[in-house]
Amino acid sequence: MSSNSNLTSMRRTVEQLKLEASVDRIKVSQAAADLQQYCLQNASKDALLVGVPAGSNPFREPRSCALL
Amino acid sequence: MGEMEQMKKEAEALKTQIEAARKAVHDTDMASAASGVAPAPRVQLKTRRNLKGHLAKIYAMHWSTDNRLMVSASQDGKLLIWDSHSGNKVNAVPLKSSWVMTCAYAPSGNLVASGGLDNMCTVYNLKTPVIKTVKELDAHTGYLSCARFLSDTEVLTASGDTTCALWDLETGKQKTVFLNHVGDCMCLSLSPDMNSFVSGACDSLAKLWDIRDGQCKQTFLGHTSDINAISFYPGGNAIITGSDDCTCKMYDLRADQELITYQDAALNSGVTSLALSMSGRLIFAGYDDFNCNIWDSLKGEKVGVLSGHDNRVSCTGVPPDGMCVCTGSWDSFLKIWN
Repeated sequence: MSSNSNLTSMRRTVEQLKLEASVDRIKVSQAAADLQQYCLQNASKDALLVGVPAGSNPFREPRSCALL
Repeated sequence: MGEMEQMKKEAEALKTQIEAARKAVHDTDMASAASGVAPAPRVQLKTRRNLKGHLAKIYAMHWSTDNRLMVSASQDGKLLIWDSHSGNKVNAVPLKSSWVMTCAYAPSGNLVASGGLDNMCTVYNLKTPVIKTVKELDAHTGYLSCARFLSDTEVLTASGDTTCALWDLETGKQKTVFLNHVGDCMCLSLSPDMNSFVSGACDSLAKLWDIRDGQCKQTFLGHTSDINAISFYPGGNAIITGSDDCTCKMYDLRADQELITYQDAALNSGVTSLALSMSGRLIFAGYDDFNCNIWDSLKGEKVGVLSGHDNRVSCTGVPPDGMCVCTGSWDSFLKIWN
């Protein structure tokens, strides 16, 4: 077990932590508001949320009346 | 005091500093913030397609950007390309190694990739008269858990050797190696703007990486076991993770912290996979207990369940247009729901 490589590894850990500590953070209330806004603005286009009319559902065979 | 001791102290001080900085911006929690939002409707989806064709456990699936074709990988040693609308198999790609763990569809639709216990990512061209192997990306020293194409010339991989890598498909070499995890990397997700990606690993951490400079920019703590699944939220400001600790979590990138945990006392199976509906409101999470639970991402409540598989749900995927959700299972079937 090389003490040199442990030291190098530790130095890297400290450098990485310094980088992560320097991040600018926004308030959770702001983050939450932005996420909500995104969801709500796109809700009407979200087929799994609002459903798909049977006629325009590519995974559903349209029912048709056969005239005999 | 030796340098080692000094560094250890500095590291502890920095961790405390990060904790404090996160607390300082924690002026509310997600559930309170979402109290004014109307609850998502109870989601009841029907199985529209039951795709039979694989002869063994399915480990992965990925949608094509055309919203119609998808690729699935099974330990029967095959990749199958399906037309989800007709339910037909369009192509079958025999694999050199049947121990496959991941598959991916290139955004162009021209290429697919697979990888697993062979430690390699193999790329295939679907558009040549006979499907050809284009490249074998061989440099990882551990299994390939996830692969994603940025384009027809660049691939991102996550590996059991604890690294992720960006590969040049023309040379077959690694352009960048992303080093920082201390456990097997299990999953990755590309940001919508393609400038960064997030990875989840067995060290129970999720990390945000800058693709071009190779640096880990942020680390997200909270899970208490392996993170098996990860996905960017559609807007690009948040990520959702799924773990062996039986919970999913949402982390916001700009607040640099966990916003909400999706958990239920009755759920004690690990999360294997997850996919988001196109507005981000719904999280489809596959579990070891054979179900796929549907969560309201804003309120943290379970709003539905997809039951029907006879074994673990190993993979889930929603196509870019959000028209349906696909689940793949160890029972060898893929189901399409909407």
